[in-house]
Amino acid sequence: MSETSVVEEKKSHLLHHFVDSDQQFEASKMGMWVFLVTEILFFGGLFAAYIVYRAWYPDLYLQASEELDTFWGAVNTAVLIGSSLTVAMAIRSAQLNQIKGLIINLYITIGLAFTFMVIKYFEYAHKFEKGILPGSYYNYEGIAHEKANIFFSIYYMMTGLHGIHVLIGIGLMIWLVVKAKKNVLHSGYYTPVEITGLYWHLVDVIWIFLFPLLYLID
Amino acid sequence: MATEESTANVKRVQVKRFKPEEYPEKHYLNQETGLWAWMTTVDHKKIGLMYLMSVAFFFFIGGMLALLIRTELLTPARTFMDADVYNQVFTLHGAIMIFFFLIPSVPAALGNFILPLQLGAKDVAFPRLNLASFYIYVIGALFTITAIFTGGVDTGWTFYTPYSATTGGSVMMMTLGVFILGFSSILTGLNFIVTIHKLRSPGITWNRLPLNLWGLYATSIIQILATPVLAITLLLLTMERALGIGIFDPALGGDPVLYQHFFWFYSHPAVYIMIVPGFGIISEVISTFSRKVIFGYWAIALSSLAIAFIGFLVWGHHMFTAGQSSLASMVFSFLTFLVGIPTGIKIFNWLATMYRGSIDMKTPMLYAMVFLFLFTIGGFTGIMLGALAVDIHLHDTYYVVAHFHYVMMGGMVMAFLAGLHYWWPKMFGKMYSEFWAKISCGLVFIGFNMTFLPQFIMGAQGMPRRYFNYIDQFQSFHQFSTMGAYVMGIGFFIMAGYLLHSLMKGKRATANPWGSRALEWQTSSPAPLHNFEHTPVIINGPYDYHKPMSEFQLGIATSHNGHHGNEHVSHTESKTEQV
Repeated sequence: MSETSVVEEKKSHLLHHFVDSDQQFEASKMGMWVFLVTEILFFGGLFAAYIVYRAWYPDLYLQASEELDTFWGAVNTAVLIGSSLTVAMAIRSAQLNQIKGLIINLYITIGLAFTFMVIKYFEYAHKFEKGILPGSYYNYEGIAHEKANIFFSIYYMMTGLHGIHVLIGIGLMIWLVVKAKKNVLHSGYYTPVEITGLYWHLVDVIWIFLFPLLYLID
Repeated sequence: MATEESTANVKRVQVKRFKPEEYPEKHYLNQETGLWAWMTTVDHKKIGLMYLMSVAFFFFIGGMLALLIRTELLTPARTFMDADVYNQVFTLHGAIMIFFFLIPSVPAALGNFILPLQLGAKDVAFPRLNLASFYIYVIGALFTITAIFTGGVDTGWTFYTPYSATTGGSVMMMTLGVFILGFSSILTGLNFIVTIHKLRSPGITWNRLPLNLWGLYATSIIQILATPVLAITLLLLTMERALGIGIFDPALGGDPVLYQHFFWFYSHPAVYIMIVPGFGIISEVISTFSRKVIFGYWAIALSSLAIAFIGFLVWGHHMFTAGQSSLASMVFSFLTFLVGIPTGIKIFNWLATMYRGSIDMKTPMLYAMVFLFLFTIGGFTGIMLGALAVDIHLHDTYYVVAHFHYVMMGGMVMAFLAGLHYWWPKMFGKMYSEFWAKISCGLVFIGFNMTFLPQFIMGAQGMPRRYFNYIDQFQSFHQFSTMGAYVMGIGFFIMAGYLLHSLMKGKRATANPWGSRALEWQTSSPAPLHNFEHTPVIINGPYDYHKPMSEFQLGIATSHNGHHGNEHVSHTESKTEQV
């Protein structure tokens, strides 16, 4: 790549209020880290609710988690961890200016994210059939605990909110593919890939906490 | 590598003096005009002004609701509205004033305008996100307004369960509105933190950061740490109403006290979101109008952070009577007292700054004095409420109402007004009438004390808050209080009058009408579109009034941008070619 083309490319992505690409990159990255902190606090509220009710009703959690399908939960964990690897590889490709590799890795990540959602859909559907519905629609008789509805309220809130984050991640990665195909991303400017990757790792980490806390209690 | 870095550290930056242009032809207000340009602007100054208009609008609405409340309370029984309407009116007064005025007023309105100027930056780190946060605020506001017209809300601004989960009206719409609004607050905080870290002009080290920015920095930290918890709380409450998830509703097996814990984990730090940026403004104003170096720079800066930190550990003092364990109450009570320490440090440092200064009692300084007086009363009564035994007597009485208004209105709103009057010339390039400003300030001060001092007495005698009826013995207090509210209202109308007059026909302001050394005054009024025509270079602290003005108007001489963190501008290096 010649010197002039780098300069031209730099101009196209550098916003007016930044002095250079480094400053812009560091600012964006820090912004995403700060955002991830807010995400942790956001989920933290639900984790607090989980902890409080688990401390009050330990039996409830032991009984109710039996209804969750550990096998498919484990598969989903593997799927998400795999997608974290591919998103990291996408960042690597972008750093090395391998746009094709970037796009392929993004496609694989999107595919894994969809797999996660499909498995989640079947898990939800299976529970709905049994009558394990969220909130006051709950009418399952199989758990001999009067607060069983609360466990599943927490379950649906946590996994539902996590699912929404997965969907947002899919949207972001489709946006990245579009950008990459337009040749906007290159080794001199891969900020969107980097920060989307950060976001995706957090979505993954939250699931890694959700899986044992909800599925693997006994 | 290490040697390379150390040579980079002493890289010389050529600086020269840039005198701000007086009465500029072109500035941010007359460039990129037109409705569409304003609505899509990413300029932090214009976004700040749009926020300012919005918060002024909501302050007006909230204020009118307050007058309705006070008018209703003229007589012990029904005066002119029904009890149900009264419940909705005080709920809306609280929710609108807190979520739509107090929280965004200093950070989003004044902070947006002033923060990049004080850093010598062209904009905040994420200008488009900044615009987005404004529209998120507007969407949240639309939800709230819809809630008002589709049944209203009568839960009080705290939305306590189980009442809020079962009562009629548009609680869901309202909580969704506040939920959305929270994201606006989070994004503003995020933007400010990154901007302060990454976009400082050469020479603005952490110990030359204006105290206003320390205040905004501490505020932003609270915003990003506390607001997400409010978001999840309100989401759970919304789900409680939509699906009956039962986490907070005892009828479904949930726990209403858990809601209170969640709510106050946000809402106590939230009162510091409201007051801490006010502290920043007061520091600027007191130093500027005392013509003196601020006393105890680091004490003031760090006490803001200390308040932000302790603020996260005291939420339980709202729940002394809600049935939490007495051990928890004792711990929360003790921690609450600790807040008094950094706050006291601030007050004493401000007083020490004024001591032997040459005080110029311009309107912003007058408001700062009002702030000191009222906020100190608010703070001390807060200590009494934090004392466990006393609080059992005073809990949920008018004493709490008075304390809260002394802190929020007497503290925060006065600081906001000090800041508004202080930066008004920079915002609009116009001066306002000093005479009318002082009259208005006096009326607000007198009216405020007339309104809320009697409420301390009433509260101590047992008048409960939020009640529609009251026994006859409180009538004279209530009537005096209502009178005060009207006096205050007149004060605010005068303010609206002279500020509008200033916009239309005010005298043009010079670049630095207060003779301040701070960076935002070293550019023309109103500021240019990109804040500075040069890259400013800072070699002195923002309050070094003993040094000549010329040393505060330096910028990089060459086209080289010098914006890297590793460039160190020292005093000696700057002595090159001053024009």
